[in-house]
Amino acid sequence: MRERLIELVLFLAALVSVFTTVGIVYVLVKESVTFFQHVPLTRFLTDTQWTPLFDDAHFGIMVLLSGTLTSSAVALLIAIPLGTVIAIYLSEFAPFKLREIAKPFLELLGGVPTIVYGYFALLFVTPLLQKVYPDLPGFNLLSAGIVMGIMIIPYVSSISEDAMRAVPMSLREGSYAMGATRFQTAVKVVVPAAFSGIASAYILGISRAVGETMILAVAAGMQPNLTFNPLEPAATITAYIVQVALGDLPHGSVGYQTIFAAGLTLMVFTLLCNIAGHILRKTFREAY
Amino acid sequence: MVALMIGVLTFVALFLDMAMDGVGRLSWDFFTNYPSRRPGQAGILSAWVGSTLVMLTTAFFAVPLGVAAGVYLEEYAPKNWVTDLIEINITNLAGVPSIVYGLLALGLFVYQFGFGQSILSAGLTLALLILPVVIVATREAIRSIPQVIREGSYALGATQWQTVRYHILPYSSAGILTGVIIGMARAIGETAPIITIGALTFIAFLPPAPVKAEPPFISFEWLMSPFSVMPIQMFNWTSRPEAAFHANAAAAGFVLVLMTLAMNGLAIWLRYRLRRNIKW
Repeated sequence: MRERLIELVLFLAALVSVFTTVGIVYVLVKESVTFFQHVPLTRFLTDTQWTPLFDDAHFGIMVLLSGTLTSSAVALLIAIPLGTVIAIYLSEFAPFKLREIAKPFLELLGGVPTIVYGYFALLFVTPLLQKVYPDLPGFNLLSAGIVMGIMIIPYVSSISEDAMRAVPMSLREGSYAMGATRFQTAVKVVVPAAFSGIASAYILGISRAVGETMILAVAAGMQPNLTFNPLEPAATITAYIVQVALGDLPHGSVGYQTIFAAGLTLMVFTLLCNIAGHILRKTFREAY
Repeated sequence: MVALMIGVLTFVALFLDMAMDGVGRLSWDFFTNYPSRRPGQAGILSAWVGSTLVMLTTAFFAVPLGVAAGVYLEEYAPKNWVTDLIEINITNLAGVPSIVYGLLALGLFVYQFGFGQSILSAGLTLALLILPVVIVATREAIRSIPQVIREGSYALGATQWQTVRYHILPYSSAGILTGVIIGMARAIGETAPIITIGALTFIAFLPPAPVKAEPPFISFEWLMSPFSVMPIQMFNWTSRPEAAFHANAAAAGFVLVLMTLAMNGLAIWLRYRLRRNIKW
């Protein structure tokens, strides 16, 4: 009897995660539904202005999405090449001792709070970039994107490295036996064999970049701006949510509901990323 | 090799820059002063007290729930669709952006349950956020215990719960602790969800003390108090135009980074020790 009771309690604890998901979906959908009663979905998707708090209110999510996509693109342009090269080096070339030091170090970097990265983006990287481009505004997507890329490197390289290390030794030995050099083996044998793992590292990087908040809120400005030019300031979905939360919006107003609609967009986007990652993993899985 | 060096050097440059800007502001007063309009007198008292209280609340909810869920999934769960559902859920939750947790908390804890913009709401939010980390760490720690231990325990007539209570949990405690520390290190640096539920950025008082002179001596009023935390204080100072506040932000960031690095370092060291010492 007592045993069954304990099992039930443990089971309920495990169910909390399910309730969390249900809760997230419930809250986002509930508030968004009221929002979409005010604003038709077509206007939400096609309007080219985002001015929800003005009298002449416009709700074009594309404006915020453009900021999110541009900054994420900059971040990925940095994180994917550097992260992959670091992973290849650590897995295939680095001496054992260096790897034992580098792996925990990368993990440590993954734990640095993002607000600290935001500080760097605004007060270190932007002034640095302004020396190259004197016209660069104080808030811009470029420096936020660069710092976001640096932030994501540890995630990408750590997971890619695990995937490459899981490639069996016999494949490498086969390649060496054919006369391939270490570099050829790494690039033409190990990377393709570990591709499903590397792809999921990239997907994780993408969803980190899309969901990143504080770096953008601090360094990219909060001005909604429909642009794909990283040299301009622009608000992202996440930065907009922070901006509204910092102000004092009455519960139940349209402005309050916009952040849930924005959050739902974000959720759908990361969900699509996860599904894409799942499909990629299935398609490219190599069995040994 | 070059790529690794570029990465490492960038980080070293960034942290040195912040340390140089911030170290001048670090003093005893910085920790015992409230935030102020005058940058020279501003301190992080309300921020670090808030962070500590929120962390306590987070741990209070996340650790029992996470460990119980982990134990259930490893030791009790039958192989059926409910278990699959829970497992898929945990994987997905780990990938949800933290600001979405903030929206969940805003809609559910702050308004639906009426907890308001309080330490309790923040602690619950962060607890949900780090729950997947704790669950995964618990499961990994439990999985590394050989089956022989369980069979030995059953052979002596122990029930399943007794086996868990006297064997599984003690043997996996170090691994669980590692996961808890990593989760807490993540929670202490989280800014976005806490801003979303409406933490104040400028606060010049402390929550009511948990200990009182008159009976019943312990009070939980602080749970419902408004608060600020370290990362929000840093955000507030960073987004001000005056350069003097940026030095404060650097100092607060320096403290924050030291705290998270120390926690993560401790976790990594624990795991390293664990890997070496355990021989079944």
